[in-house]
Amino acid sequence: MPSLKDLRNRIASVKATQKITKAMQMVAAAKLRRAQSAAEAARPYAARMEAVLANLAGGITGAAAPRLLAGTGADQVHLLIVCTAERGLCGAFNSSIVRLARERINALQAAGKTVRILCVGKKGFEQLKRQYEKLILDVVDLRAVKQIGYGEAEMIARRVLGMFEAGEFDVATLFYSRFKSVIAQIPTAQQVIPAEIPAGGANGAVSYEYEPDEEAILSTLLPRNVAVQIFRALLENAASEQGARMSAMDNATRNAGEMIKKQTQKYNRTRQAMITKELIEIISGAEAL
Amino acid sequence: MATFSFELVSPERVLFSGDVTSVVVPAAEGDMTVLAHHAPFMSALRSGVVTVNGAKRLFVRGGFVDVGAGGLTLLAEQAVAVEEIDAGRVTADLKDVEEDLRDAKSDEARARLAEKAEGLKAMLAALRH
Repeated sequence: MPSLKDLRNRIASVKATQKITKAMQMVAAAKLRRAQSAAEAARPYAARMEAVLANLAGGITGAAAPRLLAGTGADQVHLLIVCTAERGLCGAFNSSIVRLARERINALQAAGKTVRILCVGKKGFEQLKRQYEKLILDVVDLRAVKQIGYGEAEMIARRVLGMFEAGEFDVATLFYSRFKSVIAQIPTAQQVIPAEIPAGGANGAVSYEYEPDEEAILSTLLPRNVAVQIFRALLENAASEQGARMSAMDNATRNAGEMIKKQTQKYNRTRQAMITKELIEIISGAEAL
Repeated sequence: MATFSFELVSPERVLFSGDVTSVVVPAAEGDMTVLAHHAPFMSALRSGVVTVNGAKRLFVRGGFVDVGAGGLTLLAEQAVAVEEIDAGRVTADLKDVEEDLRDAKSDEARARLAEKAEGLKAMLAALRH
């Protein structure tokens, strides 16, 4: 039976924890708003890019297509770019991305493919390294970055493209969490190299004039597309992370409230029991006289 | 004068969206003015200044211009309104980049920094006009 003092301490510590989770929830809510508007602001560019790419790719025939579009012709070596958060305490956000990546890794390995992993964000690295340390090439650390800009995405893209040009992999897939709403984030796998072209986008009816020429434009557009896709993934991820943290911290705050209620009840009962016991002792002592 | 819709989008946000009568675009092979009913056209962008309706000036770096039935779309890697450029900061940045360029070791880094320096120089040139 815990003493009254123990109970009082326990209640105080749960209250302190509740204050922290409540504060974290509010911080996440404020950050979410910013991250969400950033993710939404980036959508037109990505959408436009896709439309332009679809238009262009429709006119390019098989043999002339650059490798970024058509692939290397093999699919032996897969690069998985796993984007997660730098911080924990955000519910199942990191684990669900990692789980999706892990399923893919196992499927690819079972099919006899070579898998390489590039981690963006510390949390995904920590979870993946237990099982697949040998496959991980590197970790991109974005801890110092407060607001994700296009520069960071470009840096990662340059790295990935450099590896592609050196022939280090055939297929690159991006893993991130798509932000649907505050309570729903969908872990997503998206193939970035070779570029996936949305079908039906090409309309052969419009004849474009190109300057300098089709191939030159396509060859600068494709690397840029990789950067844009990564940028979009990072922004969606940032919004998802804050959303996940907000709901996780909301739950934690509510649980703490319930715990405080239970402990307070227990404290009061114990206190009453002690008073009753003392009274009985006094009365029975008086009666004995 | 006939108007057409014009959109200037950078990865971070939409900078301009609306109906305009003329836009001067720094295309890869020289500046060109786009008016309404332009033929479908696509080109890469140089670093330079986009002039909207002969008045509003925006600096763009790297990207694409796409003229289609829907109007004109500029996809720029970087875009800022000319009046928002801070000359002092750009000059300082340029100095930093040039210093880095001298210390750069790999060819790849050198090429990247040279490109950056070019962009900053173009930005300064845009300010002087």
